[in-house]
Amino acid sequence: MKKNLNKKIAAIIAVLLIFIYGIFRIPSGLSGTALKNAVTQNIHLGLDLQGGVHLILRVMVQEAVGDETDAAVARIQQDLQTAHLTFSQIVKPDPKNKPEFIQIEGTNPTQSGSVRSILDDKFSNEYDVASAGGESSFTLTMKPGVEKAIEDKTDQQAIETIRDRVDSLGVREPEIAPYGLGANQILVELPGISDVDRVKAIIKSQARLEIHPVIGGPFPDEQAALSSVGGNLPPEDEVVQGSGTMAAGSEGSSYYVLQRVPIVAGSDFRSAEPGTDTNTNQRTVHFTLTNEAGDRFYDYTSKNINHSMAVVMGGQVKEVANIESAIRDSGEIRGSFSEDEVEILSKLLRTGALPASLEYLEDRTVGASLGADSIREGVTAAIVGVLLVMVFMLVYYKGSGINADLALFLNLVILLGFMGFSGATLTLPGIAGVILTIGMGVDSNVLIFERIREEIRAGKAASVAVEQGFAHAWTTIFDTHVTTIVSAGILFLFGTGPVKGFAVTLTFGLAANLFTAVYVSRVIFEAHLNKMKPGQMVSI
Amino acid sequence: MELFHNVNVDWLGKKWYFLGFSLIFSTAGIISMAMHYAKIGSPLPLGVDFKGGTQVQVRFENPPDIAQIRKAMDSAGVQGFTVVNIDQAAYHEVLISLPEASSEAANDQGRQQVVTALREHYNNPFNDNGVKVDTVGATVGHQLERQAALATLYSLLGMLVYLWFRFQLIYGVAAVVACFHDTLITVGAFALADREISLTVIAAILTLVGYSMNDTIVVFDRIRENLRLSRREPLPDLVNRSINQTLSRTVLTSGLTFLTVLSLFVFGGQVLRGFSFALVIGILIGTYSSIAVASPMLVAYQEWRARSGKAAVLPAARRSKV
Repeated sequence: MKKNLNKKIAAIIAVLLIFIYGIFRIPSGLSGTALKNAVTQNIHLGLDLQGGVHLILRVMVQEAVGDETDAAVARIQQDLQTAHLTFSQIVKPDPKNKPEFIQIEGTNPTQSGSVRSILDDKFSNEYDVASAGGESSFTLTMKPGVEKAIEDKTDQQAIETIRDRVDSLGVREPEIAPYGLGANQILVELPGISDVDRVKAIIKSQARLEIHPVIGGPFPDEQAALSSVGGNLPPEDEVVQGSGTMAAGSEGSSYYVLQRVPIVAGSDFRSAEPGTDTNTNQRTVHFTLTNEAGDRFYDYTSKNINHSMAVVMGGQVKEVANIESAIRDSGEIRGSFSEDEVEILSKLLRTGALPASLEYLEDRTVGASLGADSIREGVTAAIVGVLLVMVFMLVYYKGSGINADLALFLNLVILLGFMGFSGATLTLPGIAGVILTIGMGVDSNVLIFERIREEIRAGKAASVAVEQGFAHAWTTIFDTHVTTIVSAGILFLFGTGPVKGFAVTLTFGLAANLFTAVYVSRVIFEAHLNKMKPGQMVSI
Repeated sequence: MELFHNVNVDWLGKKWYFLGFSLIFSTAGIISMAMHYAKIGSPLPLGVDFKGGTQVQVRFENPPDIAQIRKAMDSAGVQGFTVVNIDQAAYHEVLISLPEASSEAANDQGRQQVVTALREHYNNPFNDNGVKVDTVGATVGHQLERQAALATLYSLLGMLVYLWFRFQLIYGVAAVVACFHDTLITVGAFALADREISLTVIAAILTLVGYSMNDTIVVFDRIRENLRLSRREPLPDLVNRSINQTLSRTVLTSGLTFLTVLSLFVFGGQVLRGFSFALVIGILIGTYSSIAVASPMLVAYQEWRARSGKAAVLPAARRSKV
């Protein structure tokens, strides 16, 4: 009996040591600061405690779907033209809200059979082909499975691109993950960052670098640009605004008519480095193209000497240059770049472009001092709460109160150790969860002790009273813990960051309490009973 | 030391007083919510998590002067803002809220305007480290609202099923009605006190659902045990006895949990104040409801069954040894 008891006590001490290790690991020393450092290194603090930026973005996946159907429209055009089949137009009636829907109009009724067979041959894998409005128009709708695959891939790519961009910021422990249930949302958490605008700009930037042939310009305003092409802009051209002062020397804003399809763009650029023009002290971007793009560029520039080309970034013309000689794969852009733009541009060209644009849904920043305040307030409340409870238990239950207090202390150690081992995040509501665990945890002790008192009042001997107390209280303790843990589970599923933290500490705390209030308390009682003389009563 | 030795109160006899008390508070809460709805379009003051928009919290070095802050905002052209003073002895903080803007860029701009206005037009230094900003777009706000409602619903349903499984359906129903009563009164308290509902408040409400359930289970457990031991005692007397037997345990636990939550309310800081307010009220009401709502409901159901000539519903037998 006694040997059994010693084994149990040893087991409890072992548990205590294991979880103390979980909290501190091996601290560098035993001073207050060393211990505090060990704890903060081990227990992962949430953004509301350490300060940082929390962003929720939505990926506009319809754009990726739209890109895909745009490419399909081009292919259909080519296929029909090669087969000499006439049509009046191929459009997407609602490109913004229904990008998966293509309509072919004005086909010749006598050729409809051939049109249909081409469409079926080449596109029926990804699209549902149907005829609409008699024999002279057809619709293609992207299959839902294909559409979902594109959306998922876009989400993946967006996450990877964002991760690359965030890496380049040098954040210590960033978190980038899909968020929400199937809603194309991404969570980004960056501890320690306080300049949220810069971060948002870097993550979201759609800046693509493109070089377009210049049809006409510069014009002082959009109307002048339009009238230069006779008032009607042909579909293969576009009007783009220039920004600030440019190498050509014009002031204010100016407009250009450019060919819509660029010579080289986006991933054709292998790298871009900021530099300075030694003559004019202007910021420049020195770029290199991929081999294949270099060939194309050489091809174009050698055939178009003395024509102009425009460098477009973020939808604005940055520089217009005269093609003086054939350029292969490296060159320099002298333009009106700000320092930020150059840096962002280089970063972006290195990490690649986003597959679709992003929209910020939620954006929270916590300054580090406010975070530290929260820690201080939470810990104070916790200490006060623990002291109040411990003192009360001592006063009300006398000797057994020590039992309850020891169990409570062990409970806290196990809870914090759990947090340390599992790497779960401690948030401010999480600290509240710890405080709540204390209150609810001591409940189990109260249940048991009240029962023991009842048994003693009914005249039972000490050891019988203790045994009966634990036996009767167990089912109620179990029931109450399970119901609260179920609540916490639901909170975990539906809650966001800080609320999840609360659910985690509450669950860990109650689980630990099942162990301490029942097993540990029991062992302490047994140890005490062993030492008592027969006929002596427990102090309760 | 013992507080509740030999208590013998006729709880069920007082059920009409309890009903009156509950009705008064529920009605007060509902009226307050109706008034809020008429005034701001939602039954409760909503935090930025649910209504969207921007909330900026700034910590100044010196106690803030609200009138001057308003002037600073006006001169910087910030529109539609509200300023709340949350100044305490230790920290001098204010909360500035902006309504939801039409676009993301506008949200950013709003935030930047507020910070710049405070920097340039108001003479009270503050550090970037002492700034906290929450911007929530409309989509997310609605999403969070829906999630919070679903979570509460699932919680109550889960409890009902669990209690049905461990006891019997009527116990589950009585307990869920008690929880619903607690939630209604707590939420009503927020309306009456004009406090904002945020995500952490929802977490507190879900916790108190669990807590109220706990409390009710303790009483029901004792009722079930006593029913097994004495089949002849009239139900109201047996329920009274069960409540009296568990009274000291109930009051003690609630008292201790209440102490810890009070500590949180007083010392825990502004961020958690709504959370701790919900728990302070919730714990008191949760304890009350096990005695005043759940137990009378149990007895009333049995008596109704007896009057309609149906057999009494006895709980499932339970093994006494674990």
